[in-house]
Amino acid sequence: MSFDAKHAVRLALIVAATASMAACATKPVPGPGPGPGPSGPGPAGPRGPGPSGPIDTRPIPGSVQDFVINVGDFVYFDLDRYDVRSDAMPVLDAQAAWLRQYPNVRVRIEGNCDERGTREYNLALGARRANAVRDYLASRGVASSRITTLSWGKERPVDPGSNEDAWARNRNGHTVIVEGAR
Amino acid sequence: MTLKAVFAALFALLVATTALPGLARADIEIDVNQGDVRPMPIAVPGFTGVGRGAEMAQVITGNLERSGLFAPIDGAAFPERNLDIGIQPDFAGWKAINAQALVNGAITVEADGKLRVDFRLWDVFTGEQLTGQTFTSTPENWRRVAHKISDLIYERLTGEKGYFDTRVVFVAESGPRGNRVKRLMIMDQDGANPSSLTDGSYVVMTPRFSPTSQEITYMALRPTGSSIYLFNIETARSETLGRFPGMVFAPRFSPDGNRVAFSVERGGNSDIWLMNLATRSQVKLTSDPGIDTSPSFSPDGVRIVFNSDRGGSPQLYVMDANGSGARRISYGSGRYMTPVWSPNGDFIAFTKQAGGQFHIGVMRPDGSDERILTSSYLDEGPTWAPNGRVLMFFRETPGGAPRLWTVDITGRILRPAPYQGSGSDPAWSPLLN
Repeated sequence: MSFDAKHAVRLALIVAATASMAACATKPVPGPGPGPGPSGPGPAGPRGPGPSGPIDTRPIPGSVQDFVINVGDFVYFDLDRYDVRSDAMPVLDAQAAWLRQYPNVRVRIEGNCDERGTREYNLALGARRANAVRDYLASRGVASSRITTLSWGKERPVDPGSNEDAWARNRNGHTVIVEGAR
Repeated sequence: MTLKAVFAALFALLVATTALPGLARADIEIDVNQGDVRPMPIAVPGFTGVGRGAEMAQVITGNLERSGLFAPIDGAAFPERNLDIGIQPDFAGWKAINAQALVNGAITVEADGKLRVDFRLWDVFTGEQLTGQTFTSTPENWRRVAHKISDLIYERLTGEKGYFDTRVVFVAESGPRGNRVKRLMIMDQDGANPSSLTDGSYVVMTPRFSPTSQEITYMALRPTGSSIYLFNIETARSETLGRFPGMVFAPRFSPDGNRVAFSVERGGNSDIWLMNLATRSQVKLTSDPGIDTSPSFSPDGVRIVFNSDRGGSPQLYVMDANGSGARRISYGSGRYMTPVWSPNGDFIAFTKQAGGQFHIGVMRPDGSDERILTSSYLDEGPTWAPNGRVLMFFRETPGGAPRLWTVDITGRILRPAPYQGSGSDPAWSPLLN
């Protein structure tokens, strides 16, 4: 893939992700955006007119990129809580629908915590969050045999910051596709 | 005042603040709020003879200084050098520089090539020899001999066991926060001889020493799952403690070293289990819908303190070692976690989260006499020195990397541990043999 093509795909992904963010923003406050990336508008710089118009691209249906961009692989939890938040339900409903559509896909739900807790307690709390997500997906018709769970505790923050926004982002359940994607 | 009297007063102060039972009551009246523990001026000139006499004196000096109880005197002020171990020092000169204790030593090589170190500890004001010992070992053990001498000096002058001939296992951290590389490392308690035990290809956490052997247990975490291991430091032999249905974490040895207590998560709920290492048989100790984790035995093996949020927030509970009779012991405001029973049995150290800060603290096993020793953005994971008077823990600044720190049980002597790199989850070994 040439540099230009890569660039175009990346821009298209950003556009898609932004659209996805807007679509998912059912609950304005509190809580972080649905993705681990920077909350700003992205690195799109000035862009001259292309020689042959826009190139329309989108992730291959059933691929990991399709799931991450068009469905959303993160849901967020309140401080010290592991019950599925109301703003997470549409995301998990969409995950369940997608997983029903692609029945060969297997996933691992990873539970994560913010840094404001001890390592061991957070491992236990992360496991509760991962299981809450698994139970929700199972209740929406995804076979439990397709889902494993893992807790990273506070070991894998998606946001390296030490502030309320970062902590909110880091309290999450991350649905990771481990096999079967196209 | 004689040296002994000075230290009697000094330890009366510690006794008063720690309210240790069974010690001289007459001293308990000292006002600890007035009292600054004045570190004891001590002189440790370089040992004479062959080899590493100067380095040995430096190791001893460093140990005593870091304890916070001693103020080693700068060698430039010494009235005499190359002290002959066979002759009484000239105490007048040492008195003149206000040394209260003096250490001298000599190194010789035996016919079989072994190193022989003689040392004496003197009370400068009375001229009394407080202790004198001879050590024989291989030359490469010179640092350990210096640590053993440090332990003898500490013990003779404070009445407490030393903790210098020990090692610390910890987790060295590198790389970005979102994808930290974590390797198990071991070092001498003074930061010397750091060496890696794992290669960083998987996440390691919470190493803990066996109280009876050079063995540790730790947790490993990979995308495929978690496991707990036994690792023999002498033989580098590692073995997993079996397969578990969910997360397995928070392992810690029983005082006899024959069992390991840990948490197993099943369906999102974490309970405490106990494994017999000889038979690998397991019993479940708690069955509560709350999180039960961070078990730590009392040194007599009769009880276990652990962390549970069964009451709504993480608090400390004590139960019998068979899992019965759990009752809450932490009642201050805030969240209490990672309890660790002192090897002396007199205190339980913990991590406390309150008012937006993290603290290391200690309380009595019944929950009374809570004392907060440290305060910062993130202080976590205390481990006891084998004498039960000093704790090591790790401290992290916002957005920063963790560092190892030590604090004594009065909270007065707080300082970074002598390791320059980034480290977390320290585990202090028992005294080496």
